[in-house]
Amino acid sequence: MSSRVVRVKVDHVTKRFKIPHEQTRSLKQTVVNFRKRGFEEFKVLDDVSFEIYEGEFFGILGRNGSGKSTLLKLLAGIYEPTEGKITVNGNLTPFIELGVGFNAELTGRENVFLNGAILGLTQKEIEQKYNDIVAFAELERFMDQKLKNYSSGMLVRLAFSIAIQAHNAILLIDEVLAVGDERFQDKCIKVFAKIKKDPTKTVVFVSHDMGAVQRFCDRAAVVHDGKLEFVGNSAEAALRYKKLNFPETILNEGVPESELPVRAKLTDANGKRKNLFKHGESVVVRLDWEPNDRIQNVGVALFRDDGQYVFGTNTVVDKYKLSGNSLEYTFQANMGSGRYYVQVGFFGETDSDKVYFITEGPQFTVSSADAWGGLTHLIHEWKNV
Amino acid sequence: MRLPKFFTPQNQTLLRQLVITDFKLRYQGSMLGYLWSLLKPLLLFSVLYVVFTYVLPVGKDVPHYPAYLLLGIVLWTFFVEATSLGMGSIVGRGDLIRKVKISKPAIVIASTLSAGVNLCLNLLVVVLFMVLTSAELQPEFIYFPFLIIELVLFALAASLFLSALYVKFRDIAPIWEVILQIMFYATPIIYPLTLVKSETLLSIISLNPVAQILQDARYILITPETITTHQVLPLWLSIGIPIVSLSVLIVVSILFFKKSAKSFAENL
Repeated sequence: MSSRVVRVKVDHVTKRFKIPHEQTRSLKQTVVNFRKRGFEEFKVLDDVSFEIYEGEFFGILGRNGSGKSTLLKLLAGIYEPTEGKITVNGNLTPFIELGVGFNAELTGRENVFLNGAILGLTQKEIEQKYNDIVAFAELERFMDQKLKNYSSGMLVRLAFSIAIQAHNAILLIDEVLAVGDERFQDKCIKVFAKIKKDPTKTVVFVSHDMGAVQRFCDRAAVVHDGKLEFVGNSAEAALRYKKLNFPETILNEGVPESELPVRAKLTDANGKRKNLFKHGESVVVRLDWEPNDRIQNVGVALFRDDGQYVFGTNTVVDKYKLSGNSLEYTFQANMGSGRYYVQVGFFGETDSDKVYFITEGPQFTVSSADAWGGLTHLIHEWKNV
Repeated sequence: MRLPKFFTPQNQTLLRQLVITDFKLRYQGSMLGYLWSLLKPLLLFSVLYVVFTYVLPVGKDVPHYPAYLLLGIVLWTFFVEATSLGMGSIVGRGDLIRKVKISKPAIVIASTLSAGVNLCLNLLVVVLFMVLTSAELQPEFIYFPFLIIELVLFALAASLFLSALYVKFRDIAPIWEVILQIMFYATPIIYPLTLVKSETLLSIISLNPVAQILQDARYILITPETITTHQVLPLWLSIGIPIVSLSVLIVVSILFFKKSAKSFAENL
């Protein structure tokens, strides 16, 4: 590992923002507030250090407000660290927001040159890459038209093409980047897949979707409350992220989930314990719990093992009256093949009043012999017309 | 701002594209287009010319007064335009600064260069007027580019300072407008220095580096009868003040800009 080329080195980086109490944008306010300390300091990132190596697909996981976006802007060179140092070895292309500086009154061609220059290309490089950019965007016929006559899909295609043709030893990709129509998205995914295979290219992928990070990334970092909580294997990172960000585990008044006075088990329709189901088979979630006067609502939710929320409902939503302290929840396993887990919540008057909460309850596997694909099997029909 | 690091091919391209875009967009949708660049100072000139020839005849003793007046207006217009565009440049390009890593000095320099493009067009009109009024071109006219460089550097340094200040203090815009108004009358643009009778006032006016540039330009391009600041002040002062003030302004502006630029993205 140590012999690999370090592409991005984040060395004890701290970032603080000064947030003025009252935005002092006028001279009068500044003079009046001169003696007063007119701002508060917020530590957005606290002593963060990690390294990203050449050829890696590196994920940065963090919730909104965790400091993830600040870290992204620091890596892109938009912000400067308050303390510490960021060293980027190679040309970095940010895919944070595409088409920065695009002007509706200019033609497509003029915008390619302007946007290229803003992304740090030289005149010569833009001229060399111009045809590739236009070809990739599939906009040959529109380059002499003003941008204001482009559709939003065309705009995004042009912007993406310029960015992808820029120097890209290091790509910084923000999750919000979902571009163009489906066909163009396929094309983009192919490009990213190609980049992933290229050992000279490095990709930094910033997201709050642990499933995506787990799928694409080799390694990942977890940012939480401005601190770097973990760097390493992306599956492990996703686990850490989940633990940090679904603090319901602490909601059960500190009692570990496994020691809650709740029993949840899976059976088939005949009451036989089971955790392997065929597609379409009935699954019964049997719940038993110690009586508690606060409980007014019981909810069951299903998740795929990558964190994808499949379906969830509760007794209040379904207008089902609770009585006693055991319950059976039956559903048809209409989902695709894969591994799933059950989340169970016992609520008081409101959803936020969680009396007992099991984030990750019993797990089960659904197998399907049929060749259809997707999250779930929809009712559908074909018809020759 | 280490200079050799700044003039990379990337930044040159950026400057070029910013200036071209600015020029293309400025008169977008107007029928006369680029002609407005020429018409604006010409219209101002016509008004001032009528007023100061027929109503208040301050220019009656000045040889080639039309060319004399126009040259003053064109150079002054450049200074006003460059500093006003420059002041708003960083705030105006906030969208870029918040979203990509971009050379911030390049944005300010581009605004000065945009005003410079207009200056060049306007100087063509000045040449036309020089021919029409058969101005007395002096052999020293070859120094004219140096005067332009001096003026551009003044405008650029002021723009760097103002643009960084404008990010935090929006009040600077009206303040600068007032300062420009005062400078317009404190600089011998419409009146010749011969009309200033008070010795003290004459010396004070001559301390203004813009007055030095204007009067020198008129002396070498229009008529040697122009009173230059070198005739009013001792030579060490008339040359020393522009050099020292320009150097100080450049150093202070660059340091201030460099310090502020680090947090532009957060403050915009």
